[in-house]
Amino acid sequence: MAQRIDVKDLNVYYGSFKAVEDVSMSIEPRTVTAFIGPSGCGKSTFLRTLNRMHEVIAGGRVEGTVALNGRDLYSKDIDPVAVRRTVGMVFQRPNPFPTMSIFDNVAAGLRLNGVKTKAVLAEAVERSLKGANLWNEVKDRLDKPGAGLSGGQQQRLCIARAIAVEPQVLLMDEPCSALDPISTLAIEDLIDEIKQQYTIVIVTHNMQQAARVSDRTAFFNLAATGKPGRLIEMGDTAKIFSNPTEKATEDYISGRFG
Amino acid sequence: MTSITGHSEADAGPSGDMAATGRVGDRVFSGLATGSGVFVVTLIGLVAAFLLAQAVPSLMDNKAGFLTSREWQVSAGDLRFGIADLLWVTVISSIIAMAIAVPIAIGVALFLTQYAPRRLARPFASLIDLLAAVPSIVYGIWGYFVLRDFVQPVQRFVESALGWFPLFAPLTVSGTIFLASIVLAIMILPIITAISREVFDQTPAAHKEAALALGATRWEMVRTAVLPFGKPGVISASMLGLGRALGETIAVTLLLSVTRGAFSWSAFAGGETFASRIANGSSEFDTPLKTGAYIAAGLVLFLLTFAVNAVARIVIERRKAFSE
Repeated sequence: MAQRIDVKDLNVYYGSFKAVEDVSMSIEPRTVTAFIGPSGCGKSTFLRTLNRMHEVIAGGRVEGTVALNGRDLYSKDIDPVAVRRTVGMVFQRPNPFPTMSIFDNVAAGLRLNGVKTKAVLAEAVERSLKGANLWNEVKDRLDKPGAGLSGGQQQRLCIARAIAVEPQVLLMDEPCSALDPISTLAIEDLIDEIKQQYTIVIVTHNMQQAARVSDRTAFFNLAATGKPGRLIEMGDTAKIFSNPTEKATEDYISGRFG
Repeated sequence: MTSITGHSEADAGPSGDMAATGRVGDRVFSGLATGSGVFVVTLIGLVAAFLLAQAVPSLMDNKAGFLTSREWQVSAGDLRFGIADLLWVTVISSIIAMAIAVPIAIGVALFLTQYAPRRLARPFASLIDLLAAVPSIVYGIWGYFVLRDFVQPVQRFVESALGWFPLFAPLTVSGTIFLASIVLAIMILPIITAISREVFDQTPAAHKEAALALGATRWEMVRTAVLPFGKPGVISASMLGLGRALGETIAVTLLLSVTRGAFSWSAFAGGETFASRIANGSSEFDTPLKTGAYIAAGLVLFLLTFAVNAVARIVIERRKAFSE
């Protein structure tokens, strides 16, 4: 189910502005890869190119290739909608659909895929909520609005919603930045569990978090404001945090800037 | 006055409970503001009292059931008037207008906010708003001289296909409720479009991205994120449009053929709405009792419009509760 990602010579643009320059990397299946780097270095922008969400923004476009198990996501015959059904995403702020119940939120993706059978939906909702460690907290109020949950619960609801459609890859854009430490811990535990099944890529501002949850870490940086962000270094998390090759990486993880 | 407001400690109120209220400038301003509020409320109260005072004697003298009768006989000494047919024509013409205008308005608003390129959306939206700037008399004349000839074949077709249904029963009237409804629909289209456009535009990007990231197509994104978010706004916009359609006078008066005595449930009948009955009867405002009959009809229209607007307000208020 989990698949590998190979990015080659990727340039990412907003209109004529080049936001990310010349990124090549490989992401192995069933691993957690963390993207770290100072604000504006393009790590979130780059993440959004992995499921073609970057194009949703007016003027957003890329050059280069992103291959999922060898197939280029940006080749002409690939439908971005199909890509997003394969590569799920969890956002910085929990964003459950406010008018939908907890059940409907989790079922939303399946319904988009044409699943209508009540029993199939119920089974998938239970499995996803269990997978997101939320089932015990909400099983008695599945018909209540998802927006009524706490922030941490909402974010786990969003993870449940993303994994309900059984994606190959799960992208997480600073999933804990709006959460308190307890909820953050719950999400981190969850990431550790679900990496058995999914390829996970997480953007985080929190270096301890990157060190705790990820197997591999990629450090992004930019030369100056207005210049494009670049991938400086990528390697095993243990190595990046103990003995990075690049000086900039060391400066960043030791808190000298950023 | 401004020099006095600049004066700081001299006028500080002895009570001192609200730091600034003692100063002359503040007192003048709060007096003016309160006065304006009181003035408007008093004005509305006086208007309502005047209308009631005018209507009640006629209602007391009325020998027919005001709410149930279809008669409208206001010659001196023999008052027989009821609003049953007025209520029907007013409501059905507005409902048909809504049935035409609301789907189109939602479509236009979705096109402008979700589909049209930004630089096209602006001028297009202004164009729709311009529809609201056309005076209603112009709509009336246009409907009478231009639209009527185009609508008649449509009516013939519906009559021949669905004539067995009372609402579409064939009649030989030229100024039909159906024709008036189409013109009303065009008149209320801008307000419904404008408000719907605003609420659709406010759909949080987070909701739209949530849908897109699940693999929603553009239309599925609209269905899962934009429409549920905008629904209360669209409902209240429709209510405002309905309020306008109910009270529209001059265009309807021009368009509807007056067919007193020959009542029909058909949308292809003529008839009069509250507003057009009052406009048509303006030559009869010569004695207080006659005038009172029309004022009584106007009061019912006022209550109807008020109720529709109240519902719209309630929906808007409720929307606030869950928009966060």
